[in-house]
Amino acid sequence: MSGGPGPASAIAAAVRSGARSAREVVDEHLRVIDQREPEIHAFNLVLAEKARARADEIDRRVAAGDDPGPLAGVPIALKDNLATRGIATTCSSRILEGWQPPYDATVVERLAEAGAIVVGKTNLDEFAMGSSTENSAFGPTRNPHDTSRVPGGSSGGSAAAVAAGFAPLALGSDTGGSIRQPAALCGVVGVKPTYGLVSRYGLVAFASSLDQIGPFAATVADAALLLEVIAGHDPRDATSIPRPVEQLAARLGDGVEGLRVGVVSDLLTEGISRDVVARTRAAADALSAAGAKVEEVSVPAVTLGLSAYYLIAPAEASSNLARFDGVRYGLRVDAPTTNEMMVATRTAGFGDEVKRRIMLGTYALSAGYYDAFYGKAQRVRTLILRDFAAAYERFDVLLSPTSPTTAFALGDKTADPLTMYLNDVCTIPSNLAGHPAMSVPFGAGDDGLPVGVQVMAPALGEVAMLRTGAVLEAALAGQGGAR
Amino acid sequence: MRAMPARITRDDVAHVATLARLALDEDELERFTGQLAKVLQHAADVEALELDDVPPTSHPYPLANVLRPDLPGPTLERAEVLAAAPSTEDRQFKVPTILGESP
Amino acid sequence: MTTTSQPTDSLGQPITVPDSADTFVFDASDGSRWELVCGLEVHAELATATKMFSGAPNNFGDEPNTNIDPVTLGLPGTLPVVNERAVELAIRFGCAIGADIRPSVFSRKNYFYPDMPKDFQISQYDQPIVVGGHLELPSGHVVGVERAHLEEDTGKSTHVGGQGRITGAEYSLVDYNRAGVPLLEIVSRPHVRSPEQARSYVAELRAILLATGVNDGKLEEGSMRVDANVSVRPEGSDELGTRCEIKNLNSLRSLGRAIEHEARRQAELRVAGERVRQETRHWNEADGRTHTMRSKEEADDYRYFPEPDLVPVDPDPAWIERIRAALPMLPAARRARLAGASGIDPAAESIAVLVERGQDEQARAAIAAGGDPARVVVHIEQNLAGPGGADLDPSRLAALVALEVGGQLTATQAKQVLAEMLTDPADPAAIAAARGFEAMGTDALAAAVDGVVAAHPAEWEAFRTGDAKARGKLTGFFVGRVMKATGGQADGKAVTALLRQRAAG
Ligand SMILES: [Mg+2]
Ligand SMILES: [Zn+2]
Repeated sequence: MSGGPGPASAIAAAVRSGARSAREVVDEHLRVIDQREPEIHAFNLVLAEKARARADEIDRRVAAGDDPGPLAGVPIALKDNLATRGIATTCSSRILEGWQPPYDATVVERLAEAGAIVVGKTNLDEFAMGSSTENSAFGPTRNPHDTSRVPGGSSGGSAAAVAAGFAPLALGSDTGGSIRQPAALCGVVGVKPTYGLVSRYGLVAFASSLDQIGPFAATVADAALLLEVIAGHDPRDATSIPRPVEQLAARLGDGVEGLRVGVVSDLLTEGISRDVVARTRAAADALSAAGAKVEEVSVPAVTLGLSAYYLIAPAEASSNLARFDGVRYGLRVDAPTTNEMMVATRTAGFGDEVKRRIMLGTYALSAGYYDAFYGKAQRVRTLILRDFAAAYERFDVLLSPTSPTTAFALGDKTADPLTMYLNDVCTIPSNLAGHPAMSVPFGAGDDGLPVGVQVMAPALGEVAMLRTGAVLEAALAGQGGAR
Repeated sequence: MRAMPARITRDDVAHVATLARLALDEDELERFTGQLAKVLQHAADVEALELDDVPPTSHPYPLANVLRPDLPGPTLERAEVLAAAPSTEDRQFKVPTILGESP
Repeated sequence: MTTTSQPTDSLGQPITVPDSADTFVFDASDGSRWELVCGLEVHAELATATKMFSGAPNNFGDEPNTNIDPVTLGLPGTLPVVNERAVELAIRFGCAIGADIRPSVFSRKNYFYPDMPKDFQISQYDQPIVVGGHLELPSGHVVGVERAHLEEDTGKSTHVGGQGRITGAEYSLVDYNRAGVPLLEIVSRPHVRSPEQARSYVAELRAILLATGVNDGKLEEGSMRVDANVSVRPEGSDELGTRCEIKNLNSLRSLGRAIEHEARRQAELRVAGERVRQETRHWNEADGRTHTMRSKEEADDYRYFPEPDLVPVDPDPAWIERIRAALPMLPAARRARLAGASGIDPAAESIAVLVERGQDEQARAAIAAGGDPARVVVHIEQNLAGPGGADLDPSRLAALVALEVGGQLTATQAKQVLAEMLTDPADPAAIAAARGFEAMGTDALAAAVDGVVAAHPAEWEAFRTGDAKARGKLTGFFVGRVMKATGGQADGKAVTALLRQRAAG
């Protein structure tokens, strides 16, 4: 579907060599945006003029003999929960409408150093809480493959932007599947890196111990290229892993010969639709055909992931979102006392899903319930880590569906939060474990909509994970990209 | 093992809303109570586990002693910061009457 | 709950209250006798260059909202990173009081308040860095420390309208310069038994913090802030009564007054058959009373949980040892050393004062150089408190004291010479000579005494034959006359000795 003017790696190569101008690349993408953005609504903000000015600057640097970097002239869309200096950062919430951060997120700085061009800020479920991008204060994003369907979420705007060809690259954030699930539903590649590989400084926090920024791209190679740019230690994030970044893109061609692949049996049963299971098994067969040793494996604790997640994530969120109180920035609804002002502001500024999670998290942490809820969930995390560790003694990577279904219709799951939460059943375990995981398109479901398969790896196992993804991508292309 | 707490009640929801500085009308209180109860019901599998001998994990990637040298870094422009604030006066952030001292 | 369960502190340790000879015991209005039990919580700002979790400057008294960065303001997306120096200072303090340095974890204490930028405070909760230790007060009383933990300070609110107080104010203004300043919260055990011990504990703590460079000791700037947990019990009982926490004690004077007032208030409540409610109370300096600030009965629900943005601090034992080895000698040891060198009671005020001013080393050196210990200590305490006093060469002080003790200079003259020595490098004898303080020869003095005795025969007869009381009275008379006759050059003690000699002979 990616109707864009080519992969990021090709754009960067052409711009660096002077074969194409960054301006021309940006203009092309802005034209695609002009055509389809009104029906998709991937963006909260399109930065056409800024992008053009930045493209001209890059072209001047190339003309002067400078190398603007590995993403020279490559348009990129940023999830609107990444702080951009002087550019509105809303988290798709009324409470932050119009707020312009006085600083840039670390990833935004790294993109600038790499020569990338930010074309816009993408829509999301308010504060990244959701799986359909319907919880945005500024209206939903629609799936470019079928605009009656959701793009997934919470990074639905970023996934849709790449799928619609608005930009070859996008950044999202993934707390319980918010990159991988929309990637699957939109038919693009989405990567959640190892917790701590990419700095969270400047990512407006949802659940601090789970959040991780990661790339969207049309190809595995582009995702690897972008991940290399944003990864690496940042002294401003105490949870950032102090290790040099591995070469990722260069290792993609290594194949999967001899790689041990475990198909997670626990994620092929409960609530996963038949066509999605079939595509996952097809992916396993493709890996096997490419020389991998494929076996089924049970990782029992993953079935506890969803419950643990919906205690931990809201708990951390309830605290992270306390700062939106109308005192220092963002919305204020006036009232006679500070306390009433805070209540009025938060009540008017937050949508229902955010309120639900704040209350759930407040409850899970409150006196008398901590041990039964938050404390218990943190122990379940240990169980999940142990079960993964056991599985990774036998396997290099694990395979599962990304999302239980293909893209569902707008409004389908908004009435019942729990039904919506069940979307994250396959993706959550990697967040709780802090492990890397990615979604790779692998054909279509019975409805003709994209299906993604998830490749999981142990902490810092990005190379094996991306190699596996590249093999699946090639196998799909070999099958004619069809179902 | 401790007794399983009852599913969340309307009073519980009203209490956490107060703690979280949110106002709920009667309809919302009703609706949110039902929805939260359902989520907590789903979490009963976790609640039921006997995990006293399993240590909690609060950080997925174990690190320790991440410290910053005591060196001054850049500060923000006061004018820029105050311009983004809902209300200011005399170089400071202005808030309505505060009832009660800080804890 | 069983009745045998013993009350425990925040770390699960049993709570004990030591006896003290100085325990404050008082009568309530019905004549019943009550005793005080008190613990103190001191928030000490750490003497770092930057804040607890960011590089914004830690500096008192700057223009409002200038020492702020994105982390200080808790802007969305920002993250805290622990200041290494703050950890080092906490370890230094812990080593100084003989505490354990433990692996520690930061937690979030959640509550909404406009001076708290994130609407939670990052603080150490169930795993503080410093556990145990104690302070030995100059009186010899020992106060145990339960814990000391690292946390961040809040911003400062100014209340506009309504006499600048929070109640009745029209609105408030918030300055976040102080937000994020590193604090060490030092929690004593309930070992403080009198208002005087509370003052002494805070003074001692301040001396330790100053000596170790952990805190600048400026109570008046709020860089040390004291809260007192006060309870009372019938004299001799071992119950642990309901306690009230008194806030806003920003001077040693108000600390003592507030504790005494609160103890009496609680005793009167109980005498009247009422219950003491556990609550936070506010000390009002103006009316000399404590007032209810906030009841704790609604149970503050701070929803503590481990701060997910920070990782544990588990200091390397080698680092702790290096910090311990580099510690200066601490006030209690310095007091003991000076007391030993001078023969003065270690609990004496002068010993504490010299150590607090850092002039104990000067005193020891002057004594070692031969100076009379008592005179050396008196001169340093009384006459070398001002600018330059601490810089005076101890051997010159010893030389001056030798002249004084040898009778060549009177106490008054010695004081004058000493003042001049601060700016004049000449030796004390030369300064005395230049001032004309030539000590009177023994013969000249004897002649002067004889002259005065001859001129006042009646008084002399009364002196010679009178009892001790009469003699005492007349000594003053004769010394005064001799002084007058010698133009103030006579030494009072020498004159007294001569008078006694003559009366006896
Ligand atoms: Mg306290
Ligand atoms: Zn404190």
